Amino acid sequence: MSELSSGPGRALVAVYAVFTLSAGARSGVQLATGFDHAPVAYLLSAVAALIYLLATFALWTSRRRIALAAVGVELAGVLGIGLYSVLDPGSFPEPTVWSQFGAGYGYIPLILPVLGLWWLRRGAKEPANG
Amino acid sequence: MVGWLAGTMIALSLAAAVWFLVLSARDKPIQAVHLLAMAVLEVGLLVQVITAAVLLTGGHGPEGKGTFVGYLAGSLVVLPVGAFLGAGERSKWGSVAAGVACLTVPVVILRMQDLWSGTGV
Repeated sequence: MSELSSGPGRALVAVYAVFTLSAGARSGVQLATGFDHAPVAYLLSAVAALIYLLATFALWTSRRRIALAAVGVELAGVLGIGLYSVLDPGSFPEPTVWSQFGAGYGYIPLILPVLGLWWLRRGAKEPANG
Repeated sequence: MVGWLAGTMIALSLAAAVWFLVLSARDKPIQAVHLLAMAVLEVGLLVQVITAAVLLTGGHGPEGKGTFVGYLAGSLVVLPVGAFLGAGERSKWGSVAAGVACLTVPVVILRMQDLWSGTGV
């Protein structure tokens, strides 16, 4: 089994898979039912879903550089969108997974990339056996 | 949605999540009996999907059906994915992965109840 998805990485993959599913489903429904209603928020939802998908895939297949890029974009996204949505709430008529730093998802979107980076960094220093 | 069924599913999946996390704290991987428990939960979720589908076609349910149907479909995917990830990692972290899936189920059901009763976003 690939090293990034074994040990603690397996729990991380599970959380990323859940977020891929929820962000993907939400984005799919938003895009299908009313893209014109809030195109910016809906596009951001779609981007977030793709990032989660990419991170899940990269962790599962042990592609460290792709995982680092995806988790890095994820952290930048949740911080950037989080800050933007707090400073200018009017620009986000519809919630995205990253609005308010992921408050609607128990702030897990904020914690997850930090855990992801920790895992990727730790894995680089001491490659897991197996 | 059928209230008592949703409540039962929330309680059972929370119980399973606690079970799996205790298992992980004891440094153990999941076994066949845990996969069986997840399968039982999945059957319950399937019953919930069928009853909700019947109610929906009977004209009940939320106004914007799209999001609700999305959650409904998603509720069936979570546990199989969790079981697959959990069973493939023969350490305590496999138990955590399965526990994460079980913890997701009540969240999904609560969201569906919000949508169903019209208090959701």
